[in-house]
Amino acid sequence: MSDQTQWNDVTMPQLAESLVSATIAKWLKQPGDTVEQFEPICEVITDKVNAEIPSTLDGIMGDLLAEEGQTVAVGELICRIQTKSAAPTASTGGAAPAASASQGNVQAQSQQSAGSDQSMRGRFSPAVQTLAAEHNVDLSRVPGTGMGGRITRKDVLNFVQQGGSAPTGVTDQTTGTTQGQGSPFAGIQQSAAQHSAPVQNMDPTIPVRNSGIHLTEAPKVPMIEVEGGNNNRSEYFIDVTPIRSAIARNMRQSVSEIPHAWTTIEVDVTNLVMLRNKIKNEFKQKEGINITYLAFLMKAVVNAIKEYPIMNSVWAVDKIIIKRDINISLAVGTEDSVLTPVIKKADQKNIAGLAREIDDLARKTREGTLKLDDMQGGTFTVNNTGSFGSILSYPVINYPQAAILTFESIVKRPVVIDDMIAVRSMANLCLSLDHRILDGVICGRFLQRVKENLEGYTLDTKLY
Amino acid sequence: MAMMEYIDAIRLAMKEEMEQDETVFVLGEDVGVKGGVFTTTKGLMDQFGEQRVMDTPLAESAIAGVAIGAAMYGMKPIAEMQYSDFMLPATNQIISEAAKIRYRSNNDWNCPVVIRAPIGGGIFGGLYHSQCPESIFFGTPGLKIVAPFTPYDAKGLLKAAIRDPDPVLFFENKKSYKLIKGEVPEDDYIVPIGKANLLREGDDITVIGYSQPLHFVMQAAEELEKEEGITAHVVDLRTLQPLDREAIIEAARHTGKVLIVHEDNKTGGIGAEVSAIINEECLFELDAPIERLCAPDVPAMPISPPMEKFYMLNKDKVKEAMRRLAMY
Repeated sequence: MSDQTQWNDVTMPQLAESLVSATIAKWLKQPGDTVEQFEPICEVITDKVNAEIPSTLDGIMGDLLAEEGQTVAVGELICRIQTKSAAPTASTGGAAPAASASQGNVQAQSQQSAGSDQSMRGRFSPAVQTLAAEHNVDLSRVPGTGMGGRITRKDVLNFVQQGGSAPTGVTDQTTGTTQGQGSPFAGIQQSAAQHSAPVQNMDPTIPVRNSGIHLTEAPKVPMIEVEGGNNNRSEYFIDVTPIRSAIARNMRQSVSEIPHAWTTIEVDVTNLVMLRNKIKNEFKQKEGINITYLAFLMKAVVNAIKEYPIMNSVWAVDKIIIKRDINISLAVGTEDSVLTPVIKKADQKNIAGLAREIDDLARKTREGTLKLDDMQGGTFTVNNTGSFGSILSYPVINYPQAAILTFESIVKRPVVIDDMIAVRSMANLCLSLDHRILDGVICGRFLQRVKENLEGYTLDTKLY
Repeated sequence: MAMMEYIDAIRLAMKEEMEQDETVFVLGEDVGVKGGVFTTTKGLMDQFGEQRVMDTPLAESAIAGVAIGAAMYGMKPIAEMQYSDFMLPATNQIISEAAKIRYRSNNDWNCPVVIRAPIGGGIFGGLYHSQCPESIFFGTPGLKIVAPFTPYDAKGLLKAAIRDPDPVLFFENKKSYKLIKGEVPEDDYIVPIGKANLLREGDDITVIGYSQPLHFVMQAAEELEKEEGITAHVVDLRTLQPLDREAIIEAARHTGKVLIVHEDNKTGGIGAEVSAIINEECLFELDAPIERLCAPDVPAMPISPPMEKFYMLNKDKVKEAMRRLAMY
């Protein structure tokens, strides 16, 4: 039995704290494929990100129990992986009993433990003593099958039934019969038992008072149905994707929990425009990426946050949590969604470093290869709304942060300087703030600092 | 016999009793026009009219008080608490009035009221929709408490409760409403209050429980027998007050290893009393310490799904406890 194959159940892992289910996007391994430990077996879509599930062991892929497009609750079976050794490999399921392939039944196991651990051999329960006295049994002759070699009530009854005379014979016989009851295919049964578990998990959905804020069910994989009904050709439906659903939930939570206030400021970025024009070709040549205005803005914002750390905080009802690390969430739009990947410890990076991070995250977002880790830990959000031509916007705070800042289009405008009219490159910065934490004065000072930083760029500013 | 859901059996019991005894009436929040938040009383108002199916204000003390008064005057009210969690404002009426009136009046008065209340969690209901308050009322002489597990018992026990001359608390499990199905005779029968029921026979361990967790116990027992040859003797208490001492003792003696399972938290729960009875009556037939598997002693059912899952019993937890006891 030692080379018997064993089936290991693979369940949907908890990819993030709040995750209760995920949708299988694509199986990367088919039944019969060889699987190595840590090798991705499938792609899943969650309302946060797309991720790959790695295998936890070496083996051969067995049945796929969830179809592509199917939404599976965390902890439910998705597939089985076959391994060769009889050693009890840890199943990914977690709750699987540690019964090994060869030792599936109680008696066999306890028989084994009786061999090593005899610590309970001399402890007799009241029931054992009562029965021993009743049947005149010498307990030293009774084999113990309980924990630590303990003689159980059943051991005494068996002993009496066997005539109470042949201790060795009795042992063999008890072992034999109970072995018979247990199955040699304990491994298979174990997995059959696991298989039945999800049935019990499927709770009947009993109506409870429901606030309607959250979806109880994870949304389906999108399917666009053109001209859905026979009779109604004036509209059609788009299924809400997990990402759309997450955006909806976060936006609604932000707007309903955070009292938003809004302010805007005008910045003269003429010098910055000149600086960028001067260095952009050289930078592209040297670094292989474009130097954008956003990198300069990011630096200006991060430096201002350092002076006003309250901007980098979270409302916690009875206290305000100020975050020491400045992790900037960058709003990156795609055709049908917006994501906010995070530049970690942005205050530790120079302008060139920020430019590289921005380029990297934007590319990953477009390619859909963001990892969960790329999305977490943001403390302040910057949105480059100028990139799609906006000159003024009212951003919704990226919950649970304290503020969000937008960088609007740079436009040339006549401006009065020292009673003379000049043509200058102007841009607006808009700030939405959590009015529980922040007020006008502090935000005004913060924006003034950002403005000074931006206007302070000259042709001599160093990028490194 | 018809295959029926637990909730249908409860509704049928009320319907039958109302048809044959016109002193029986139902009152509670949303029981009439809406037919109950779980649809337990659906259709009763159409059949019996608003005089016998009364929508009440949101005041549990008033629901219990009105029902107790009507019962003392000769009616047989069935008062519904929408969730057992909301029952606490009525505890004074129930414990100080209903439970004591026969004793206080030296048998001149009695109070044949039934108070129905859904117990239990696992429905993402959080603190106010998931509690198991049986231990609050359990130590009160003068009250009878029933908590059926099967649809058959739900109907039979509710009918017995309605006919009982004294106050009966009827704890129905809200998760069982649609989950537990079973054969239910469509004719008139009762399940006697105070009698436990043997659900399954076995030789290795005895499991004693009540209400919804028995669902897990039965599943686990079946798997353990099939996979590991462990057989479990499973007793459904059905009535919590008065406990069926004889059945408990007999079942404990049968294997000498007892596991008590319930969803109410461990300290001061029904399991403590069952354990004490076994200890008083059959210490010398015990083969292992009496085990209890219950909800943890924390103040409330968490609303977060992973934490609720952690709090609640399930088949795997029950199976593990049963296996451990069998191995002892």
